[in-house]
Amino acid sequence: MRLRERFAKGEFVITCEAGPPKGTDVGPALEEVRKLAPYVHAFNVTDLQSSVLRMSSWALCALIVREGYEPILQMTCRDRNRLALQADLLGAWALGIENVLALTGDYPTLGDHPGARPVFDLDSVQLLATIRSLNDGKDLAGNDLQGAPDFFAGAVVNPGVEPLGPHILKMRLKVKMGAKFFQTQAVYDPDAFLRFVREVEDLKVPVLVGIIPLKSARMARFMNENIAGINVPEGVIAEMERAKTKEERKEVSAEICARIIRKVKPYCQGIHLMPMGWEDLVPAILELAGINP
Amino acid sequence: MLVSELKPLEELLGYLGEGERVFLLACDGCAEVCGTGGKEGVEKLRPALEEAGHPLTGALVLPFLCNKALVGFRLSRRREEVEAADVVVVASCGVGVQAVAQVLDKPVYPAANTVTMGGLQGVWPSEERCGRCGDCLLYYTGGICPHTACPKGLLHGPCGGSQNGECELEPGRPCGWQRIYDRLEALGRLDLLLEYRPPQDSQKGLDVPLSRRKAPFWALEYLEEE
Repeated sequence: MRLRERFAKGEFVITCEAGPPKGTDVGPALEEVRKLAPYVHAFNVTDLQSSVLRMSSWALCALIVREGYEPILQMTCRDRNRLALQADLLGAWALGIENVLALTGDYPTLGDHPGARPVFDLDSVQLLATIRSLNDGKDLAGNDLQGAPDFFAGAVVNPGVEPLGPHILKMRLKVKMGAKFFQTQAVYDPDAFLRFVREVEDLKVPVLVGIIPLKSARMARFMNENIAGINVPEGVIAEMERAKTKEERKEVSAEICARIIRKVKPYCQGIHLMPMGWEDLVPAILELAGINP
Repeated sequence: MLVSELKPLEELLGYLGEGERVFLLACDGCAEVCGTGGKEGVEKLRPALEEAGHPLTGALVLPFLCNKALVGFRLSRRREEVEAADVVVVASCGVGVQAVAQVLDKPVYPAANTVTMGGLQGVWPSEERCGRCGDCLLYYTGGICPHTACPKGLLHGPCGGSQNGECELEPGRPCGWQRIYDRLEALGRLDLLLEYRPPQDSQKGLDVPLSRRKAPFWALEYLEEE
């Protein structure tokens, strides 16, 4: 069943991140996708995440389509102007890619090519408007298309960021411009997420809660200090600290994820897993959370 | 020299609520040379505003609105006229509009688009840089330029990297969109952040079209250089 149909039916949707390789060897990435496919409904393919050079998102998406699975094409505004974005969107549709996630994109100085010229010709809201326009059979300049796509567009929101006000207004504008679902930054504090949900419940738009398994207490502290909107509570960090071996840490990490999922489940329409190399933990997390995809 | 040209009148009038009173401020620096500011600017804008039902509480021509300290000092002498107005309309480049917006607690609207810079400019304070996009958005952004206040030049609110009012680029750097949000909140105009702005025409900000180089102010630039 397609992602849009799952949302329409009100299913609890599970998506998982898949990163394209740094190089041409797509084997390992596709192997992970095959292993995880029984557990998730769609794969988000990242677009030069953190401004680090990787293979194009649309290329891995197309290979995932060929495998018979459903990808979500992540698309940032960092590297392409309005011509290139539209060209890639049209090509993506022709390759069987139906879902697009519109993002701003990190600034180039955060990545491995810090001297790259940032583009940002469009912003994420304008990218959503562009997708809508292509769906309507027109390019951004108003010219008719010979064959139009029918993309299912999503967007992102960061529920843990302070102050939340500007981000909520932007989320409202994204819905107005065609975002049909949202995926969030990693959530570790369910109460903060519930406060966010109350602010936006009138939008009636599906929200998938971001889940990143913690690998260590150090990773938690690093994210708290360096990633906007991530706030791992001290109690959770202490739990990770008590686990000594890697196996223990994996066990505790899966329990923490499952606990968060159980808490947020009544208030969201699904979860978005970002395993960051711990893909093998996904089945355990879902089982502990009581989710059968 | 900052080159500006008056916005289409309908666009400027579109910013104003019915019957809103206006204090008109015009720059006697670069904008005067361009025919945007100075006495000429006031003579163009005053009748247009009044005919559209917007009485002027006062009008003032100041040399170089980009000099924020001077603007604050001179406006304090005209406090009554400024306070009697609902909004302040500024005929100058984007730096001038932003400088005025910084010293007043009122909505400050641009009457002009700043198209490009040729040679010298006036005072250029770091906080009030103008992106010279040729399609001035300062009405929508509380008098803070999103092209220069946000390194990504976003037009619809902060990216996900904005945290505690800081930009993702470096610690301590303010998030331009948080500043815009705070300013619009203080003005009671957060509704502006729910409006969609289509992508801008990047050509307007790139180079001076040949057609504009024929204008007298451009010829003057060349004379100055020789």
